[in-house]
Amino acid sequence: MLKEYRIALRNSGLINPESIEEFIAADGYQALRKALRSEPLGIYEEIYESGLRGRGGAGFSTGAKEKAAAVICSDCDKYVICNADEGEPGTFKDRVIMETDPHTLIEGMTIAAYSIGAHRGFIYIRGEYELSIRRLTLAIEQAYQHGFLGNNILGSGFNFDLEIRRGAGSYLCGEELTLIESVEGKRGYPRIKPPYPAEKGLWGSPTLINNVETLANFPQIILNGAKWYRSIGTENSPGTKIFTISGDVVNPGYYEYPMGITLRELIFDVAGGIKNNKPFGTALLGGAAGTFAAENQLDVQMSYDKLKEVGLTLGSGAVIVLDSTRNVNQTMLSILKFFKHESCGKCIPCRIGTTQLYETLANELKSPTFNPNKVYRELVWQAELMARTSLCPLGQSPVLPLKSLHDNLMALLTASNA
Amino acid sequence: MEIDPILQKYPKSRDYLIEILHDIQNAHPQSYIPPEVVTRVAKHLNVKQAQVYGVIGYYSMLSAKPRGRYVIRVCASPICNLMGSSNLIDYLKEKLKVDIGQTTPDGLFTLETTECLGNCAAAPAMMINQEMYGSLTTGMVDILLEQYSKSHK
Repeated sequence: MLKEYRIALRNSGLINPESIEEFIAADGYQALRKALRSEPLGIYEEIYESGLRGRGGAGFSTGAKEKAAAVICSDCDKYVICNADEGEPGTFKDRVIMETDPHTLIEGMTIAAYSIGAHRGFIYIRGEYELSIRRLTLAIEQAYQHGFLGNNILGSGFNFDLEIRRGAGSYLCGEELTLIESVEGKRGYPRIKPPYPAEKGLWGSPTLINNVETLANFPQIILNGAKWYRSIGTENSPGTKIFTISGDVVNPGYYEYPMGITLRELIFDVAGGIKNNKPFGTALLGGAAGTFAAENQLDVQMSYDKLKEVGLTLGSGAVIVLDSTRNVNQTMLSILKFFKHESCGKCIPCRIGTTQLYETLANELKSPTFNPNKVYRELVWQAELMARTSLCPLGQSPVLPLKSLHDNLMALLTASNA
Repeated sequence: MEIDPILQKYPKSRDYLIEILHDIQNAHPQSYIPPEVVTRVAKHLNVKQAQVYGVIGYYSMLSAKPRGRYVIRVCASPICNLMGSSNLIDYLKEKLKVDIGQTTPDGLFTLETTECLGNCAAAPAMMINQEMYGSLTTGMVDILLEQYSKSHK
């Protein structure tokens, strides 16, 4: 039996999330203490060396982002934002961290703020995550009372204020520049990139923006060092990843394992296999903006690069399992419906494209002469065009599930609608 | 409605707009942001009314139209759909005798659908106002509706 290795979920279920005393007793805020005694440069170098990559889905080097925000200017306003707008279907890892161990996130954010020289930070939590909002509100209050936030933190002379901002039901606000617009109190429309947030983010100032799970890794990396972190996981994807497994498995839930665990191990060992002893159909990796894996891909290692090599994506770590009796065409249709609903309408290719993709598939599925080969070839072509002409990742996403179905699962698509 | 205590909680800065709107809506018995309140909020933050309506219109959790005391939001995302949320929606439509987006004549419940609620290991899921419910069956929906109806009386 495989064993979980918990870093981001280190305290989850072991301490009372509403007690700062229990967090401190579990070595909480020790990493912050250590960080404040060293130079900021040492912090982002350590994170860079650890090889930590963004756990929100893009997998960009966290240390590189941090360094960019740190060196851009020394005497200017800077901000740190935690992206807790977890909306990718099938993903709920950030919610678990915030609900079960909110102080780890606060500690990680304060370390990040110190390393780039930011004095104000925001946690942008989706409005639906009521318990996360409640727990973090309380935890922030406690951290202020204990001197881990506010002025002159732990006598270091470093000041950092942290606030929560609630989202209000927009998937797109999980995209970093759109999220920044929303923090500013505006409609969630994406900005043109570049400039990236590290250069021009919140209110035009350099902003470091990281996912909850990414920041939750900071304290342990600072305490144990980059070398320790690199000893876990794979060469190009060090550390652990929280996988959220849902759909037709015996034990759906969240599990933290070293990168490199295979998809087969995750589904059949960790999650207990397919429910009701049915055969495996497919697994959607990374949510709606993800890719469908076929049975002959089950032995792929779950890491950014190994998945990419076979045309799949790790994304947010969502694993949505479908048994072989499921109608994959219908699942694809509900994914397209999702994108149609969430497109903000700012750019025309995405506004019209997401509707057209949905309607094309919906109509074709009703046709008695449905030919998946032909239909999906057409859909992939449309989605590729849309990806090339859209401003933000939303318009660039539908091609991922469509293309993976077309390339890997034609047999299942044909059988689904038979 | 009395909104001064809410406005006083926040600095007069536009970035608190969504926070303020959430608080107002949660406190309103009809779960929405009325026009006279929009005027007050716009003035308080020194933004145009159109900008406030722009924000309300963009975000699916916010509403400028009166709704029920309890807003039921059933997750219709791909995973919940896979695990039977469409049956649940049909059941709720029939039971409450409303369509999606409508409110029961007694003003108690509004039925809405929503995208992923992040409760996928317990699909199908839904929210009633700020409370999250998962692993739902029609039997559980009956019990919940009864509880909410009672707590209102």
